[in-house]
Amino acid sequence: MQQRLARGEEAALAELYDRYASLVHSLAHRVMDDEEAADLITREVFGYIWENPDAYDPKFGSLRSWIASLTQRHAVSQLRQYEHRGRSTAAEVEARVREANTAARADFIVTSMPAPLRAALELAYRERLDYRTAAAGLGVSEDEARRRLRLGLQMLSTAMEPADQPAHPLNTRPPRGLQ
Amino acid sequence: MSGPAYHDGGDGNGRGDGDDTPRVPFQREQRGPQGEPAQRGPLGDPARLPAGEPHSAPAPSSASALPHYDHATLKSLLGAWALSACSSDESLAVEVHLTDCASCAEEALRLRDAVGLLHQEESLDLDPLLRARVLEGCLGRRPARIPVPEWAGPYDAEAARLDALLRDLGDGYWSTPVEMRWFDEVPVSRQFTVGQVIAHLTAVDSLVARTIGLPGPSAGGPVPFADAPGGSGGSGGLTARARFWRARGDAELPIEPGQRTEAHWSGQKHLPGATLRSLWREQSHHLVRTVSFAGSGASEIDVDYGPFALPLHDAFLDRAFECWLHAGDIADAVDYPYEPPAPRHLNRMIDLAARLLPSALADRRRSGLAEPPSQLLPAGAPGRSLRLEIEGDGGGNWYLPLDSPGAAASPEGEVAHVAMDGQEFCQLAAGHLQPEHAAAGKVGDRTAIYDVLYAAASLSRL
Repeated sequence: MQQRLARGEEAALAELYDRYASLVHSLAHRVMDDEEAADLITREVFGYIWENPDAYDPKFGSLRSWIASLTQRHAVSQLRQYEHRGRSTAAEVEARVREANTAARADFIVTSMPAPLRAALELAYRERLDYRTAAAGLGVSEDEARRRLRLGLQMLSTAMEPADQPAHPLNTRPPRGLQ
Repeated sequence: MSGPAYHDGGDGNGRGDGDDTPRVPFQREQRGPQGEPAQRGPLGDPARLPAGEPHSAPAPSSASALPHYDHATLKSLLGAWALSACSSDESLAVEVHLTDCASCAEEALRLRDAVGLLHQEESLDLDPLLRARVLEGCLGRRPARIPVPEWAGPYDAEAARLDALLRDLGDGYWSTPVEMRWFDEVPVSRQFTVGQVIAHLTAVDSLVARTIGLPGPSAGGPVPFADAPGGSGGSGGLTARARFWRARGDAELPIEPGQRTEAHWSGQKHLPGATLRSLWREQSHHLVRTVSFAGSGASEIDVDYGPFALPLHDAFLDRAFECWLHAGDIADAVDYPYEPPAPRHLNRMIDLAARLLPSALADRRRSGLAEPPSQLLPAGAPGRSLRLEIEGDGGGNWYLPLDSPGAAASPEGEVAHVAMDGQEFCQLAAGHLQPEHAAAGKVGDRTAIYDVLYAAASLSRL
């Protein structure tokens, strides 16, 4: 893919978009909480990759995770620009940046945790199965299903900085939206 | 550890005497009374986080009726509890326990917060118009050295839109019935599944693929060999694979699109929908990529459809049109909105239909289905013309020769005028409308008008 992009193949650009646009857009949306801003970041991220096809180095991980971190960086810098333009206070922006970084670490943990743990979390979270049904689906004992869910969440919780875990994170949550 | 071990009812079904106790309100809210998705935003509603305020959890009186769980069991339940994935008895027992076990309470809060970090990975409803904007933006920053030919643009865009629709639908819809309609002197309607519609597109697209030297639809990616038990790995697997490839070999499939589709279906009926989708999508990506490299001379190569042929650039428009129509059929079947193509793409599809009309009319005359021409004209001679005026996005004016496909059409020769909305015209050309029911402004020679409207409907096929 990288070679094709470097060659200037428009079809490769289209395939890149088809494969990663929803990843880029959803990450950008999570940071910006704004549809238009997420569209803009999507344009910027793909524009950057297309203009700099050599920027990606497979030594440092998959194309997917590189694109995810590129998106994260673009989104965070966009967020800081909002601060400069006075659309958000510094404290709001910093809180959002911290939140975005936590979310990015969480993504990384979820994608790199052992597959059995991830599969258990997916059944319980996405499919909304109780742990007994999840155990049956995974072909493991109920004890094991409970263990996997607990261990998976314990790993995930390491994404939170100590500062993210006051007794009530809800009360310190910055307002949604950029205004 | 402490206290009596597990109560029997607490294990298997979670149904002990707890059934008689009032349910815990917060647990119900979590899962929803019918199990419908409850709100699980990143941080949720503070009222649903009992761990931070342990004493607001259930009334202590209900605890006496609960089965008894020991500390180790309760601790092991914390993950399932945080995900609202245990029985209500267990939930209640955990919450009661949290009021007097600081270490469990601390972990419970931590795990509950971690659940907030899980999220649906990708946004599903990406604006389909964003693709064109993003790609244009990129090409503005760095022009493509190997561009996609302009005539392949509509196909590339329509395939991407259909793929996005399929991604939105997910894997639960492959067997959903889809009504496909076309016109064969009378309206024809047959029911297929979503999976069959996709395989139909793959089958007919592969007529284009074989023309430009691409192997059959299964090329370019791993294909699961559901029909070859034990076929994964080993030399037996390779043989099965070779057999599969030969069986899928293009040469053995009929050319005529309907028969080709049937043959394709019978060869792929065992494949799961997700595989049908990726076979179709891979081939469509390959098609666009290959013609980008093919050079301008390739656009005139004839694509053989059996009873007729189209030059490559028109075949791509034909495939774009079909892709849009069938995406619309699928969207209708699942009650999804589906927008028409971008106006400039729609214009090219209408233009193709308009250019095909004179020979479709001639075909109908040869079969005795249309009035013979009033005069026979040599090619290029000016003759009677019909003005086709398409309104709305992507519209325009087309002059169609009525006497013979080779005759020249012109405003001076206009004997009839048909004005139609672009969507209506496409529905007619798709065979979704009875020609006499098409909403059209008609002025002039009635016979010529009806012959042309019927010719438009006759462009449709499975």
